[in-house]
Amino acid sequence: MTFTREKDFGTPAASGEAVSLTIDGQELTVPAGTSIMRAAAMVETDIPKLCATDSLESFGSCRLCLVEIEGRNGYPASCTTPVAPGMVVRTETDKLRKLRRGVMELYISDHPLDCLTCSANGDCELQDQAGAVGLRDVRFGYEGENHLEGCKDESNPYFTFDPAKCIVCSRCVRACDETQGTLALTVDGRGFASKIAASQDEDFLSSECVSCGACVQACPTSALIENTVIEKGTPDRAVVTTCAYCGVGCTFRAEMRGEELVRMVPWKDGKANHGHSCVKGRFAWGYARHNDRIVNPMVRGSVDEPWREVSWEEAIGHVAREFRRIQNAYGTRSIGGITSSRCTNEETFLVQKLVRQGFGNNNVDTCARVCHSPTGYGLKTTFGTSAGTQDFDSVQHADVILVIGANPTDGHPVFASHMKRRLRQGAKLIVIDPRRIDLVRSPHIEASHHLPLRPGTNVAMLTAMAHVIVTEGLVDEAYVHERCDRDAYAEWAEFVSDPSRSPEAIEELTGVPAQEVRAAARLYATGGNAAIYYGLGVTEHSQGSSTVMAIANLAMATGNVGKEGAGVNPLRGQNNVQGACDMGSFPHELSGYRHISDAETRALFEKDWGATLDPEPGLRIPNMLDAATDGTFKGIFIQGEDILQSDPNTRHVAAGLAAMECVVVQDLFLNETANYAHVFLPGSTFLEKDGTFTNAERRIQLVRKVMEPLNGYADWEVVQLVANAMGLGWGYTHPSQIMDEIARLTPTFAGVNYDALEQRGSVQWPMNEAAPDGTPMMHIDHFVRGKGMFVVTDYVPTDERTGPRFPLLLTTGRILSQYNVGAQTRRTANVDWHAEDRLEIHPHDAENRGVRDGDWVSLRSRAGETTLRAKITDRVAPGVVYTTFHHPDTQANVITTDFSDWATNCPEYKVTAVQVTPSNGPSDWQKSYRELAEASRRIETAEPAE
Amino acid sequence: MTRVFISKDMASVALGADAVAQAFAKAGCEVVRTGSHGLFAIEPLVEVETSEGRVAYGPVGPDDVAAVLDGSHGTRIGAIADHPFFVRQQRFTFARCGVTDPLSLSDYGVHGGWKGLEAATALSAQDVVDAVKASGLRGRGGAGFPTGIKWQTVLDTPADEKFIVCNADEGDSGTFADRMLMEGDPYCLIEGMAIAGHAVGAGRGYIYIRSEYPFAIEAMREAIARSASRIAPFTLEVRVGAGAYVCGEETALLDSIEGKRGQVRAKPPLPAIEGLWGKPTVINNVLSLAAVPFILAEGAQSYADVGFGRSRGTMPIQIAGNVRNGGLYEVGFGVTLGELVNGIGGGTASGRPVRAVQVGGPLGAYFPPSMFHLPFDYEAFAQAGGLIGHAGITVFDDSVDMAHMARFAMEFCAVESCGKCTPCRIGSTRGVELIDRIVAKAPRAAGALETMPQIRNASRAARTHDEEVELLRDLCDTMKHGSLCALGGFTPYPVLSALDHFPEDFGGGDALREAAE
Repeated sequence: MTFTREKDFGTPAASGEAVSLTIDGQELTVPAGTSIMRAAAMVETDIPKLCATDSLESFGSCRLCLVEIEGRNGYPASCTTPVAPGMVVRTETDKLRKLRRGVMELYISDHPLDCLTCSANGDCELQDQAGAVGLRDVRFGYEGENHLEGCKDESNPYFTFDPAKCIVCSRCVRACDETQGTLALTVDGRGFASKIAASQDEDFLSSECVSCGACVQACPTSALIENTVIEKGTPDRAVVTTCAYCGVGCTFRAEMRGEELVRMVPWKDGKANHGHSCVKGRFAWGYARHNDRIVNPMVRGSVDEPWREVSWEEAIGHVAREFRRIQNAYGTRSIGGITSSRCTNEETFLVQKLVRQGFGNNNVDTCARVCHSPTGYGLKTTFGTSAGTQDFDSVQHADVILVIGANPTDGHPVFASHMKRRLRQGAKLIVIDPRRIDLVRSPHIEASHHLPLRPGTNVAMLTAMAHVIVTEGLVDEAYVHERCDRDAYAEWAEFVSDPSRSPEAIEELTGVPAQEVRAAARLYATGGNAAIYYGLGVTEHSQGSSTVMAIANLAMATGNVGKEGAGVNPLRGQNNVQGACDMGSFPHELSGYRHISDAETRALFEKDWGATLDPEPGLRIPNMLDAATDGTFKGIFIQGEDILQSDPNTRHVAAGLAAMECVVVQDLFLNETANYAHVFLPGSTFLEKDGTFTNAERRIQLVRKVMEPLNGYADWEVVQLVANAMGLGWGYTHPSQIMDEIARLTPTFAGVNYDALEQRGSVQWPMNEAAPDGTPMMHIDHFVRGKGMFVVTDYVPTDERTGPRFPLLLTTGRILSQYNVGAQTRRTANVDWHAEDRLEIHPHDAENRGVRDGDWVSLRSRAGETTLRAKITDRVAPGVVYTTFHHPDTQANVITTDFSDWATNCPEYKVTAVQVTPSNGPSDWQKSYRELAEASRRIETAEPAE
Repeated sequence: MTRVFISKDMASVALGADAVAQAFAKAGCEVVRTGSHGLFAIEPLVEVETSEGRVAYGPVGPDDVAAVLDGSHGTRIGAIADHPFFVRQQRFTFARCGVTDPLSLSDYGVHGGWKGLEAATALSAQDVVDAVKASGLRGRGGAGFPTGIKWQTVLDTPADEKFIVCNADEGDSGTFADRMLMEGDPYCLIEGMAIAGHAVGAGRGYIYIRSEYPFAIEAMREAIARSASRIAPFTLEVRVGAGAYVCGEETALLDSIEGKRGQVRAKPPLPAIEGLWGKPTVINNVLSLAAVPFILAEGAQSYADVGFGRSRGTMPIQIAGNVRNGGLYEVGFGVTLGELVNGIGGGTASGRPVRAVQVGGPLGAYFPPSMFHLPFDYEAFAQAGGLIGHAGITVFDDSVDMAHMARFAMEFCAVESCGKCTPCRIGSTRGVELIDRIVAKAPRAAGALETMPQIRNASRAARTHDEEVELLRDLCDTMKHGSLCALGGFTPYPVLSALDHFPEDFGGGDALREAAE
């Protein structure tokens, strides 16, 4: 693909009835509501414009796009004038040319003239339009009042604001308002003194700006421009690919100069992001070429030795030999693998295939274990499939939005922007979260109800809402009667109706006033289309699966599954966590969520792979670690996951890894887990390979290679090398062949192939004969499992309880600028926003402990102790503390315990009883771990320096 | 106890009415504070209630109490209606102004108040709209758009909520009719808005008053409180501006009420379809809404019978500037400009010849006496390259420098521009710079940048006077046709009319002579 700018129609598409009109003698028919500008652009007539761009509502400020309309006075702006039947428009006349030139003459009388040395040279709309209107001279001269002395704002690490280049078109302001919904920008002053200001005329970095990049993308000049363009020049080619951060699955144009990535620009046709982005996907890709990248395979005999760089042959041979040796010594089931939600579907599929076909067991698990495994269990049980019910666009039809245990503005920022757009249009919002997340109250958004429940009481809360819905007669009886299992419903309705499950009865437990719970339940049940969005605040509990089912119960009882604007929507954490689950990464399931014990399914794979599969489910991650400490599990292949930092109870993880004889880690960097590894296989970034990711809405999107892998191989190729070294004889030459195999073996993927993806941009599974175009929304006429299944969700308090020793509840989460364990984002300038993890603590709890803002505190649980600095805020309720886990120094998971979801072992990250005390510095664990990490990361170069 | 009537209109107070009122109260009189009748030359005006009706004296000072009370004061006028300034007025809208206690509900009722609202509520919404259409009433804020048609659009647009917004951001220099009505007869405006609410199905109204009108704000707030039950379920609220002229532009006004930066919206959508908070909204000037009670009470025909051409009814014309009889003069359309300036206005206050009058505020055209035959009529003024606007007339004598006035127009635009559209935002500033050069007879020489060898396309020759004037005309053309709203779009009127009618003030002759020498 060569570099072409995406066509800009000037104003958004309309969808009214057909209207015919004539533009410059050409007859055309467009939907009513279309602007004249857009209609003209549709027939390749590009009316000059500066303030208009099709991602924003028309504004009418630049006055370049004036046209003449027969029978109308004056010269209306084509961007703000909608088409009308029979309208006759002229876009080029002598008068129009004169007017446009007059406007442009004014612009240029207040604009720098250093086009050739400007960073936007060749990619500047002002420059283009000056050419288009034929400006040749500026009769006002250049010495009148002007803005040429404005100071650049270089505070943001990723882009620069140069007010001298600004033409005050307000595109940035409108992008911040309409696209991002942060409303951080404004025009300060008026008339000639008008200027763009961030927040209260602050610099960009210290303002409310969240650095999503929408303003930079919207800017027609170089007033707002990426620093990488300033440094490297304008791109010369572009490749559309999919972001490798969160589960929203934004698609981007990777704009390149040769082998070098110049910038990532959100793709307007991206079905998940519609041309929007966040600070991570847009800007935080510098890790891909960070000096910390390991590009050569490394091996060592034991973890206290330094690493030794070796050839790929040696490394791969070593892995195959070790794994076979261990299996010979300790049995077939003594090794296993972990697939990565960061890698492609194809890579994930190959890792589980390696385990099932090559290792001959089912000891494969994935990081979804620690995030959304309860979603899989809960939604499969109630609805029949392990996936969200809607596409993201469905939120534009929601009347009531219930957000529980999710913080979309930080975790899923691009979807949050879409949700906020709907909320600004008037949809009602209910937030169930212990913290006052940003959505509770932000510009032009306010939750109707915020239920700040005590961590660990989700099931009681949702059951109380169900109590209100059932006992107040708010159930959609017709829906339940037709769509759901009636016996199960009757049993559930009786269960939730019990007075002991009323909002009043649980008020003391949850800490939320009963009246608020009742009001929220009524709103959810009666407010129109009601959609539930949830995250890890639901799943990462001892009752995570129960909570997912309680959510499903609410949605079924109110008829909110199977239609636009409703549904149950898990917000997936990682870019391909949905895909990793789909691909058979769990020890008990083959791809498409088919149980390994099912002989028919197994036979299908056995025939295709020419191998016999173990019918017994394998070990989950925590079980592998347990087995390791027990001495029965000795080797593991971990692709793209840092379990030491991300999994709970770090000491337990460390002990398990230390007990193994061959730990193989494949990653971009020497992560924390690699401190316990014997073989390190360098990984490749999403920029360096082809493949597919599946986002939270089941959307399969292409990942396209834009540069050669630094390490020489894409991850799928490395897995194939290992497999073939173990004698499996794979012969894939392109990931599309792997997808073909997945489609062949997985009914819900039967229609998926790379040609279809190239053609359609993306598809949503199931895609097969029954759904040839894929499936944006599930369970439309009936549930996948047949009848919707209500499940009784008895509230069982977690064993993790506060007491005199540990009186506070710790809950954990994420922040916008950092991503999970931070392996990528910590290696970018995103650290400017979040250089360390901090402990949020309520002023009362801080006061009691003599803790001041910024003080070092010790955070202790029965599992361990760490130290970090305190941030005093009433975003958390008294009795609750909160932190993030992005920085390895913090070791937040030293604190978390090994309690987990009863059904899926998903760790109970969200509830840990802790004590907070003032501290002087790092804990003993932090000190000794730091020493170990330093020792473990030593690399002995192949040829020592002379 | 003798009752006397003394205006507490802001202009009267500025002329000393408060001190006069205090003096009469001290003398034991019952003082009723009213609005002003509208002739400032006779303010402070005192009307004494007698058996033969009210007897007026003015101007009166605080020391004149005894003379007024015994009838010996030299400024005795007699019945105010017989004063030459008032005798030929047609007071449809301002009938009560100066007569009643503005906040007295009983006064209002006695003097014909609420008759319009009563008539309206007896009619269907459509009948009310039809009556306003039949009256021929056009928007008095300046645009002259037929009020009934605007109301029809709002009536016909289905919505869960609609609004009536009164534009009382009276920012034009030399205009004061809105203020006088709000101070002198606030219930009239309230009644008009309530009728509008009934006519289009709106439950709530806002009155947006400029902050420079503290008396009007106070009067309207008090009147709204007192009449709340009378207009229920319709409710009203006063919103106060923050000193931006552009907020008198209807869409910027809506943004301001919504709590946003006062910035002009592009149309469409029309406010009648998507106005305040995106809901169908009637937005009318004070004078348009205050004309409605008369129309409903007396019948549309009574209103339509008065006027000229397509300009029906009366217009409260405000005569100001360098003029002898400054004040408010309500009369049917059609009176000539010359009659207004020289007849009613009595010529300049300075006694020097009239050189120019500006009609329609700071964005109106300047007319020389040679155009005084123009009838006061929307179409006639438009045809003559001007506008009626809010019917403010500012008079200048022969000492005025019209180039200076043209510069003032550009400067006013530069100061008040919201900054949204380019022609207004940059053009007004360039206009000031350009007129400065023209007046200084210093056409622009090529700048340092333009003479650099790296710059090839710029003209290196100094501009001539004619080229600078041509550039000014081109700029005016760009602003007139390119601006988003009337602020930038109408600024060329005063500039071009000054240039056309008074070219000698722009130094053309001198400059040419100098060039020849």
